[in-house]
Amino acid sequence: MSAKTEQRVAKVFIWGGGAITVTILIGIVLYVLIQGLPVINIEFLTTPPQGGLTGEGGISTAIVGTLYLLGITLAILVVPGIGAGIYLAEYARDNRLTRAVRYAVEVLAGVPSIVFGLFGFALFVTALHFNFSILSGALTLVCLLLPTLIRTTEESIRAVPRSYREASLAMGASKWQTIVRVVLPAALPGIMTGVILCAGRIVEETACLYVTMGGSSGMPTSLLSPGRTLSLHLYYLVSDTRAFDKAMATGAVLIVIIIIVNALTNWLSHRFVVKMRGGK
Amino acid sequence: MDPKIQIKHLDFYYSKKLVLKNVSMHMKERQITSMIGPSGCGKSTLLRSLNRMNDIIPDVSLNGDILLDGEDINAPEVDVVELRKRVGMVFQQPNPFPKTVFENIAFGPRVLGVKDKGRLNEIVERSLRAAAIWEEVKDDLAKSGLALSGGQQQRLCIARALAIEPEVILMDEPCSALDPVSTLKIEELMVELKKNYTIVIVTHNMQQAARISDWTSFFLLGEMIEYAETSELFSRPQDKRTEDYITGRFG
Repeated sequence: MSAKTEQRVAKVFIWGGGAITVTILIGIVLYVLIQGLPVINIEFLTTPPQGGLTGEGGISTAIVGTLYLLGITLAILVVPGIGAGIYLAEYARDNRLTRAVRYAVEVLAGVPSIVFGLFGFALFVTALHFNFSILSGALTLVCLLLPTLIRTTEESIRAVPRSYREASLAMGASKWQTIVRVVLPAALPGIMTGVILCAGRIVEETACLYVTMGGSSGMPTSLLSPGRTLSLHLYYLVSDTRAFDKAMATGAVLIVIIIIVNALTNWLSHRFVVKMRGGK
Repeated sequence: MDPKIQIKHLDFYYSKKLVLKNVSMHMKERQITSMIGPSGCGKSTLLRSLNRMNDIIPDVSLNGDILLDGEDINAPEVDVVELRKRVGMVFQQPNPFPKTVFENIAFGPRVLGVKDKGRLNEIVERSLRAAAIWEEVKDDLAKSGLALSGGQQQRLCIARALAIEPEVILMDEPCSALDPVSTLKIEELMVELKKNYTIVIVTHNMQQAARISDWTSFFLLGEMIEYAETSELFSRPQDKRTEDYITGRFG
């Protein structure tokens, strides 16, 4: 095969792969939106689920539960996750212990979420008596997501060119000043991507919440209230009721929330970058 | 007058590997001293040991003394932050921070605790003027430093180094990534700067050393072969190896 034909064949495969992926993705999103959006109205969004085989009621408590869980989980997750990433990238010596930690982080990132759910059930729900609650769910998600955030933080920090650090150190900045004033701002877009990934996981996770947050359809009033997220509600709708249309509507709301969260985080990070860097 | 910097019998090791052998030389105040030699001769290592930038590399060690105004910079009581405030550095690749022009210059003073906005404005303008780039960027202080051309970026980096009012400026092949016009501008700037600063420059470019420096040292395989006034070294080299190098027989 000549080089030219080879290139043509490769191009067809690459384009084909891209086209298939995009079609499937758009297809799923459109399908859910088309099926779900017509069902959505103010009443659906503002009334709690009534239960029953027909899936009466709306999703108000599930929306609140989702946002509540999202906020609490991120609040607990961000500092230790980013902190550990900074530590691994900047301070940890390359010795056996560090390698063991890094390996553990990698393995943990690949453990199925239901296993974390079991752990969360044993520790937070049972041993610590947090019972089925937002707090138990959030802490379990923190365990599940720490590896992801640590890895993405570490990698974005490592990607900051050495020349920035050198310039900063050569100006008499301490290592800590260099990290805070030069390295972290430069790594911020990457770290934000990590946070967005985590936010997505929080919103989408069901299995490990099923066994830590319970599934109460009541309005959560405190950290120790049980509750359900939209994903969990969707699972209940599909498995316990015949309200397939409402499941679709819940899915549509879920997709919209994810899009909003992504856009918001991107916008914040972009604004920060523009402010720090003075335009593109 | 005592020299600004004195290096006495300096040996330098990367782990076990000896990369500088028994180097002794000095840099006079408000003069340009250049270090030339083929790649791997140790001249950059020597330059980077003058502000202890080698500290950030693991597993290096040195014997011998480096004196700044007569005081050993490697003495245990010396604060490396204080040292780097006095000995500034400009790197081979222009490396402005991904921040605005203003923030690039204000970085050093801020790190050293200057908070007053008026004072920062003053420092930024003075530094940019001193680096002969004020006229080009005065309307774009809020633009990213990365949006400037390569030559402007390097002058920005020089301005950034000047902002903390060092006494010595180390330059590690500052023009090797630049075009001839930008190079000329930086050379003119260096000659201007030596009125106030002691400058040490590593360069691959022998013509550059000949054009701008007062003193030149020639390094080969970790040894300092010859050190003399620039005109002397280029017109009457004492060592055969120096002569071979400056006449382009190797390197």
